[in-house]
Order: sequence, then C-alpha cells, then structure tokens
Amino acid sequence: MAETKKEEITKYIVISSDKVLPSDASMKIYESEFPVTVKETCFGLIVTGAKEDVQAVVEKIRQLDKNHIFVKDRGFPAGDQRRCRASRGGGPRPGFHFLREEVKMLPAIGAALDELEAKECVKEKCKEKSKLKISDLEKVIEEELAR
Amino acid sequence: MSFLAKVFIYPVNSLILADLVERFGHKPLTIMNQVREKVTNISLDSPPINITPEDPKIGLRYAAIEVPAGVRGRMALIGPLIEETEAAIIVENPPTNFGCVGCNRTNELMKYLVRSKGVPVLEVKYPEFDEEAHDFVNKIATFLESLPKEKPEEDEKAKEKEPAEKEDKK
Repeated sequence: MAETKKEEITKYIVISSDKVLPSDASMKIYESEFPVTVKETCFGLIVTGAKEDVQAVVEKIRQLDKNHIFVKDRGFPAGDQRRCRASRGGGPRPGFHFLREEVKMLPAIGAALDELEAKECVKEKCKEKSKLKISDLEKVIEEELAR
Repeated sequence: MSFLAKVFIYPVNSLILADLVERFGHKPLTIMNQVREKVTNISLDSPPINITPEDPKIGLRYAAIEVPAGVRGRMALIGPLIEETEAAIIVENPPTNFGCVGCNRTNELMKYLVRSKGVPVLEVKYPEFDEEAHDFVNKIATFLESLPKEKPEEDEKAKEKEPAEKEDKK
C-alpha cells in the first residue's frame, strides 16, 4: 500500500525548569507556526505531527532551558481515545505512574547536567563521598533562598 | 552514510535514559517506537486486536512455546530492538516496574539476551538521592562519550559490497 501522508510521531516534553512553564513552551510553539498538535499537561507538553516538524519544535523548546527540559517518544498520538483519560472514565492513564516517578528525579538530573556543562571533571565526580565544604553549603543555601 | 550508535535502554520506556542517550548524540532504542508502529498503522485495529500473525513467530525466536504468552508477546516487540543494539544501559531496581513493563520473566530474559550479545553494557543503580543522581548522570555521560559517534565509512562500504559480491557469485 502506497503511503499517502508523512510519518507522524508524538513526543513528550517534560518540563522541570524554574524558568519555563508548560504554558510558556506551548505559546512558543504557537508562535513558531509549525503544523503540530500540542496538548498541555501537568508535567509539560505532548506534541504530535510530522516527524521533521516535531523534531524542529522539540529542539526549539529544549533550547529554552536545555538541561531542565526532557524529551521522550510516545507511541500513541495526543488525545488518542485508547489512552486519553477523558474517554476512559478518569484516573491516571497507563504509563503515567513510571513517568511520575521519573519526574521526581528530574531536578537532580538537571542539576547534574548543569555541572557537566560547567565542564567539571566527570571522573572526579565518581570519587568516594567526602564532607560537604562550607563554601558549597553556602551555595546550596543561596540557591534555595533565591527560589 | 555515517550514523549514531543504537543504545538499548532498560527500563525500555525510561524518560531519563531516552533523553540522556539522545542528548549525548546517540539513538535510544525504546519500546515507544515499536508501540507506535502497532497503534498508528491504519491496517491494524485497536487493542487487543493489533497483533499480526507475524508477531507470535517473532516472539518464538526468543522464548519457547511453553513460556507464557505474555513473555512471547513482549519479546515480539523488544526482541527486534535487542537485535539492533550496539550498546546498552541497564538500570537496576527502577522505582516502578508494573503494567506493560512489569513482567519480571521478560525483563530477566531481555537483560540476559543483551548481556550475552557482547556489546558494551553499562549497569547502574537507579538514583534515590541527589548525590546518587550526579553519579548516575556522570557514569552514563562517560559511557556514552566512550561510544563511537560515527561509524567508519569504510566499514559500511565493505558491508554494502559484501552482499552484492555474494549475489554475483550465485
């Protein structure tokens, strides 16, 4: 059977950023005028569309805060009746539980990626545990207070 | 044409692993892509009727007929991924392992097949605290950076030539 339309893919964009909200990201996609379907969720966005368009959109959104925005593929399109809660009588959709567990770890993963980006030695980080330096503790307190 | 290393991840639907692999320039082999083919192909119906006569045959390559049907069904999706894999990241004790990826027998078989394939495998523990998360990311980053990002073009050309030569001989 000949293919009549382009390959469609769906991606999750999970946002764990202090600077970017899912609504900011969705506005950015609307501004970009790519022909994709966007669904805003509590953890981020679901984007469905032609492969090239979705990849371009995802890259654009990732650049907003690249170490705190995470992306993965999704099998079902956004709003698919076989998965959407609206047509299944509510409750978490299948697959949400693992995503929720992983979302809890994302701030720590993002912080680790920030450190990597700051070109701190990768091998040094794998060394044994040591006492926390006062200067490091001060940094942590300042970061927490700045939130 | 040069391409990236195909990295198998366990758990097969992990957001963190899929993102990290892609971030470091490789291709994650995830179950979502396999599922997409099953649920968006217009020639297949919706679940549970989205199985083709070919799927049980694929499952039988990895698990015998005595093995529960669920294992063979899962292996019909995961098995082709393992065949493609060029490197693997296995995370032990992930926080939730139930539902579609909660079959322990399939998971054991999957990990066994990956380990016995002879590709580079990184085995790490799922992080529970912030400090562990740093080690987790660093180990994965080091592993992914050590993988070849581009395959030498000569190898690929040689592979392309080989079948052609064989056909000529026939």
